[in-house]
Amino acid sequence: MEGVKVRFGSVNSGKMAVLAFVLHLAGVSVHALQFSPVAVMSAVDIPQSALIQPQELQSIIAKGTRGGPLILQVGSHVMYVQGHIPGSEYAGPAVQPEGLELLRRRVESLPRNRSIVIYCGCCPWTRCPNMGTAYRFLHEIGFTNVKALYMASNFGADWIAKGYQVEK
Amino acid sequence: MSISGVQRGIRIRIVLVLFLVALCGTESFAKLPAADSLLNQQAPEFSRVDFNQRKVDLAALKGRVVLLNFWATWCAPCQMELPRFKEWQARYGAQGFQVLAISMDDSERPAKALARKSRLNFPVVLGDAELGKQYGGIFGLPVTFLIDRTGKIRFHTEGEANLGLMENRLKSLLSEPNPR
Repeated sequence: MEGVKVRFGSVNSGKMAVLAFVLHLAGVSVHALQFSPVAVMSAVDIPQSALIQPQELQSIIAKGTRGGPLILQVGSHVMYVQGHIPGSEYAGPAVQPEGLELLRRRVESLPRNRSIVIYCGCCPWTRCPNMGTAYRFLHEIGFTNVKALYMASNFGADWIAKGYQVEK
Repeated sequence: MSISGVQRGIRIRIVLVLFLVALCGTESFAKLPAADSLLNQQAPEFSRVDFNQRKVDLAALKGRVVLLNFWATWCAPCQMELPRFKEWQARYGAQGFQVLAISMDDSERPAKALARKSRLNFPVVLGDAELGKQYGGIFGLPVTFLIDRTGKIRFHTEGEANLGLMENRLKSLLSEPNPR
C-alpha cells in the first residue's frame, strides 16, 4: 500500500490495517506515523475503567491535595508550551521513539503503584496515536494505577473551552 | 516586634509571593484571543522561511485568498486534508488562491520529509507556540482559517473539517472583488 509505512502493534494491527485500507480507498496516503518505529495502540483500546473525565481531574487539581497523581502530557511539545494542565509535566509524544524514551526515563524510578494520569488532546480521541501507546507502555512496565484523560475532541475543546485551569 | 511576630510576617510574605506566582502562572486562558473572535478581524501577520528556504510573509499575500492550515505529521485527519488542499491549489491558484501550511510538529525533519514525499505544491513552514498563540492557541489539529483578499479571517474550523463546505467558502471568497 503506497504511502503507508506504519508499523502496527500486534494488539491492533487488524483495526489499523482496516483504517489504512479505507483511507487508501479514499485516495489518502497515510504518512502520519511513518517516522515511528513504535508499536502504535489506538486510544479506543484503553479500557473504560482506566479513563478519567476532565471534570474529575479538574476537581482533583482544584482540591490540591498532597499525594495527587503525577500528570504527564504525552503529546506535542509545541502544544504543551502553549498551555497545559497545571502541574503536568511534558513526557514526550509516545508515538515517537524519543517521546517514549522520555516517558520511560521519567517514570522508571517510580514505585509501580504510583498514581499517574496521562493526557494528550492533540486530535480526536479515536485518532490520537499517543494515548493508547503511552498507556500500554506504562502497563507493560508494571504500572498498576494509570488513568488516561478522556478528551473526545482535543485539549482546546475538552479542557480549555470548559474553563478549566491552564498553566503556561 | 517579637520573634514570633517576625516569623508570622515572613510567613505572610511567603504566602503572598506564592499566591502571586500562582496567579501569574495559572489562568483560564481568557487573555488569549479565542479563534472564533478572530473572525472578520485582520489575520495576525507573521513571516517565516519555508522548507524550500523561501521567505513566506502573510502580509505579502494580500490580494489573494489564503487557506492557512495548521497540521502535523502525527495528525491522522490532517493527512486526509493535505491532498485536497493540493488539488485546490492546482485548481484555484490562477484565480488568486494560496494554501499556506504550518506544521506544528516539534521538529522540522518529519514535516519536511512528508512535504517532499507528497510533493506539496504550496509553502510549508514550521510553526511554534508563539504563532499558535497569535491564532488563539492551537490545542488540537487540524485547524484551518480562510483569509480573504483584504487579509481578514472569514472562516475557521477545528478538527475534522467538512471539506465540501470549506471549498464552497473559498470559491465564494474568490468571487469577491479584489480591492487591489
